[in-house]
Parts: sequence; structure tokens; C-alpha cells
Amino acid sequence: MSEIKNLQRIASQVRRDIVRMVHACQSGHPGGSLGCTDYLTALYFHEMKIKPEVFEMDGVGEDLFFLSNGHISPVFYSILARRGYFDVSELGSFRKLHSRLQGHPTTHEGLPGVRMSSGSLGQGMSVAIGAAQAKKLNNDQSLVFVLMGDGEQQEGQVWEAAINAAGKNVDNLVAAIDFNGQQIDGPVSKVMPLGDLKAKYEAFGWIVYPLNGNDMQEVIDTLKLARKNAFQGKPQLLLLKTEMGQGVDFMVGTHKWHGAAPNDEQLRLALAQLEETLGDY
Amino acid sequence: MEFKIQNYQDTRSGFGAGLYEIGKLNPKVVALCADLIGSLKMDAFVKDFPERFFQTGISEANMIGMAAGLTIGGYIPFTGTFANFSTGRVYDQIRQSVAYSGKNVKICASHAGLTLGEDGATHQILEDIGMMKMLPGMTVIVPCDYNQTRAAVHAIAAFDGPVYLRFGRPKVPNFTSETEPLIIGKAQMLQEGTDVSIFATGHLVWKAIEAIQQLEKEGIHAELINIHTIKPLDNEAILRSVSKTKCVVTAEEHQRNGGLGDSIAQLLALNLPTPIEMVAVDDQFGQSGTPEELLGLYGLETADIIAAAKKAISRK
Ligand SMILES: Cc1ncc(C[n+]2csc(CCOP(=O)(O)OP(=O)(O)O)c2C)c(N)n1
Repeated sequence: MSEIKNLQRIASQVRRDIVRMVHACQSGHPGGSLGCTDYLTALYFHEMKIKPEVFEMDGVGEDLFFLSNGHISPVFYSILARRGYFDVSELGSFRKLHSRLQGHPTTHEGLPGVRMSSGSLGQGMSVAIGAAQAKKLNNDQSLVFVLMGDGEQQEGQVWEAAINAAGKNVDNLVAAIDFNGQQIDGPVSKVMPLGDLKAKYEAFGWIVYPLNGNDMQEVIDTLKLARKNAFQGKPQLLLLKTEMGQGVDFMVGTHKWHGAAPNDEQLRLALAQLEETLGDY
Repeated sequence: MEFKIQNYQDTRSGFGAGLYEIGKLNPKVVALCADLIGSLKMDAFVKDFPERFFQTGISEANMIGMAAGLTIGGYIPFTGTFANFSTGRVYDQIRQSVAYSGKNVKICASHAGLTLGEDGATHQILEDIGMMKMLPGMTVIVPCDYNQTRAAVHAIAAFDGPVYLRFGRPKVPNFTSETEPLIIGKAQMLQEGTDVSIFATGHLVWKAIEAIQQLEKEGIHAELINIHTIKPLDNEAILRSVSKTKCVVTAEEHQRNGGLGDSIAQLLALNLPTPIEMVAVDDQFGQSGTPEELLGLYGLETADIIAAAKKAISRK
């Protein structure tokens, strides 16, 4: 099987996990999760050098990933479980009492694979910069990845971090934005237009790669390029053009599924569109 | 006294209804929201008064600063977002641009406390009352149901000064009078009694009503007072009640540190030292779960108030 085909099969199972998880607890955020599935699959199953068997907080010698838009925890948990950080059966506990799989990711219950709590938007890139600076102090040649939302770009802290990463040459940092054009109150372009994001980050001193974040080939090629261009003085940003709800036809093209769970019938319709490739949890 | 449940409604809907009404009554009322119009129930205001509504996107610090600015020129801004992002996220903006600058901003905060439920601890702020009450000049109001939240919006619109208004997400019993105004700083007597004074706020007022009804069956006559205004505290009403009952229970959906119980303990320690039991979260973060599960797990249920009352009485 080709690598692309293999990654797509994993992504299909992750998408099944996502809709089943939010359906089971009747809450959570499927839209952004489905849109970012291809990117996280490519990162965790192809690009990142990681040791899921023995999770260590410090991750010395490993690539690190931080989820800044913590509400898309369903995709993050599914990816971590499918990659072996913890047993997939635990996905069934999502958002339930005494679960390690909290509504938003946290280190508080010691879930392997999570290095920072998130949920309050806008904070992840700062943490990623700190972790990237720690890697430099440790002479560690691995990379630090962080994913943010496009609505999240409205938070001022993101831009404090963007100035810092470029101004201090944090060139082992690879950020990404889930550029799906949607947020809670509607299209980003209406709620609070971001202008030309690519030009803005470039003006700050970043290398920016616009790409289709739902095209697996494009994603892995761009990640490869980013690793090649690391350690050359500039932070890098992947501007992932994605579809919120990607993979489930009735969840695409609207912000309705940002934070809404499918009912039984909608679950059935969604699962019919997503092949079970690795076995449901 | 009988407490009749008129219906089950979320307090945030009381906020939305009140905001719409004062928007109609007073053209100086403006509203701001940071990408949570639906969650804050601000839709009606947004629809009918679009020119007086400011969507700030996900930028709470900017929203608080803008609200402060809007007061300069005579407007009365109401900001809307979740309680965590209304306080913790923007504490210094509130401190400097609103409180210290003495600006007439109404910080309206939904999804406070554990009863936000499944979103989990990142969103379940339990420290907001403490942060807000520590700011000099800040008024802190925590209404107990839909009607009272609606009344609170009218009251704070008419009041000149910065206010923190805290409400929540789940549907809870709506039992206060639809026509009774909220008087800022004036505690609400719900049941007179002699054996113990129970001071409750927010969602725990209904739990306390259930508790006093059970206690009554056991022959314990509890006094129940709704402290909807945490600051300024109604010292007089509290001291009057405690002089009579000689023991106290406080109940709130907040950390014990910095909450209502802490304010009342301070008042009593300085004026009338009295045994006090506090029903509150004990120095912990919350977690995901249903509102009822969480109230049970963190000791904020009717049974916890009953147990606290008995313990307080035994310490007299
Ligand atoms: C600081 C902060 N403010 C508000 C929220 C509430 N909130 C959660 S997700 C969201 C919208 C995020 O939009 P975007 O980053 O575009 O993510 P998407 O909807 O595309 O998944 C908001 C406002 C939050 N979690 N944190």
C-alpha cells in the first residue's frame, strides 16, 4: 500500500472515532476536528519523530506537538490513541466524569501525549516558543509543532508570540493555522476579518506555506519542506486551507458543526461515509 | 414559605431577555461580544440594535478595553463572554481600564462554575467572584434564577459604576417573582428561621431551598437568605440574622477561597465571631461531567447543605 493510501486509511478511522466520541457524550466539537484530521494524521503517522510507547513530558530528542485550539480535542485524542499513547478503548470515556479525556486537553489527569492544557484560546504558540527555546538550550535538533484556529488569530497573544518567534529567530518552530474560514458566530470574514494572513505573517518575518490541508500529499510534502528549511533563522507557518467537517458531507461548508453533536440518525449517516479501517474502539 | 417553580430556565437567557429590554428602553446601552452571541443569548439585541452592537471576535482583552472607551461619551457597555474569559483572561484590563479608571462597564459572564459541565476545567472558572470582589469599587452580582438575572440587568443598567454580573449555562428552577426588582446590595430574605442562617448565592440558592425544606421536616428551622450581591455585602442583614441563629452555613458554586463564604467569615470574624460551615469547592479544579454529577462530586448538593447546617448547629 502506498504511504498516502495508508495515511488516508488511518484518517478515515480517526474521523469515525471523532463522530462516535461526540455522539456518545452529546457534546464536543466535531467540525474543526474533522477538518484537521488529515494534518494531524500526517504529523503523527508520518512526519514527527516520537516515542509513544514511553511518554516523557520533556520529550528530549523527540518532535513535540501542541494543540492551541483545544476544543478540537476529539481528533487529538483519537490520533494519540491510534498512535499508541494510550488504549483506544479509553476514547469511550471522552467528556465523562473521572475521564482523562477532558472536554479540553489537560495534563491534570496525566494523559500520555498531552504536554499542556488548552481550551482558552490564544495561548499555545507562546508555550510552543518556550518549548522550542528549551530544545535549543538542550542542543536538541528536533522540531516543535503547534496548531491554532483561524478565529483564534483574533487573540492578541497570538501576535505577541508571532513577533517573538520571528524577532528571536525561533527557527525550530513550525506553526499551523486551521484556515477553515469559520468560527462560532459565523464566517471569520464577517465576525472579525483577518485580512491577508499570509502577508501579515510574512511581514512579521515568517516563512508561510499556503496549502490544501485536506490533501494528504500536499501536507506531507509541505511538512518535509518545513523540516528542510528549519534552523535557517526563521519560524515557519503552514496555512492549512481546510473544510470544517471534512469527510462528512452534511457537516461541510457551515459553522453549524463547530460545537454540536450528531443525533443517532446523523451518526449513522456520517459513519456510512467513513470506512472502518482499523476497527472501531 | 412555599417556593413555586414557574419553569426551568437558564440564567443566561434571563440576561439575554434583560439586555434586550434595556436596549429598548435606553439608547445609551451598547453591547459587545467575543464570538459567543448564541451562548450568551444576545441574539435579540444583536438583531434589533445592530448599530449598538460590537462583535469583537475572539479578543476579550480588546473587548474590555473597547468597553471602557465606549463609556467616554456616555454609553453604557455590556460585555458578554464566558466567565473565565470575562475575568481571568482579562484581569489586568479590567483592573486598569475599568476599575481603577472608574468606568461604567457591565461585565456579564455566562457559563460560570462547575455547571458548565462537559467542557471541563479550562472553562469552569471557580475563582471569578474572588478576583472581581478584590477590585476596589467593583460591584459583584450573582443572581439565582432567570427572573432575578433579568431583574439584575435592569438594576445594573440604572446603576453608575463597574459591575461584574455572573450567571450560568444549565436550566434551573425559576422561582423568584417576575416583577420583583433586584436591589443592589440588599440581601433577599427567603425564609425566616431561628436555628441556623444559610446564606446562598447563584445556582445554590435552589439547592438551599431544598435543604431547608428537608431540615424543616426534621424539626430544624433554618433561615435562608439569598445573597445576590456579593459586593457590597449586606452586612446589616447578615449580622441581624446571625445574632438570632448563632450559626452559619454559606453555599456557592465557587472556590471556598475568595468566595461568598470567605466574605461572610470576614464580616463575622470582625464583628460577631460565629461557627460557620462553607459549602464550596475545596481548592480543586473541576472536570468534565454533567452539571448534577459535578455538583455531587464536589460537595455542592442539597445533602451537603443539610449536613453543613447540622454541623454548624452542633458547633454552637
Ligand atoms: C479565550 C477564548 N475565548 C473564547 C472561547 C470560546 N470558543 C471556543 S472555540 C471558539 C471559536 C474558535 O474559532 P476557530 O479558532 O476558527 O476554530 P474552529 O471554529 O474553526 O474550530 C470560541 C470563540 C475560547 N475557547 N477561548
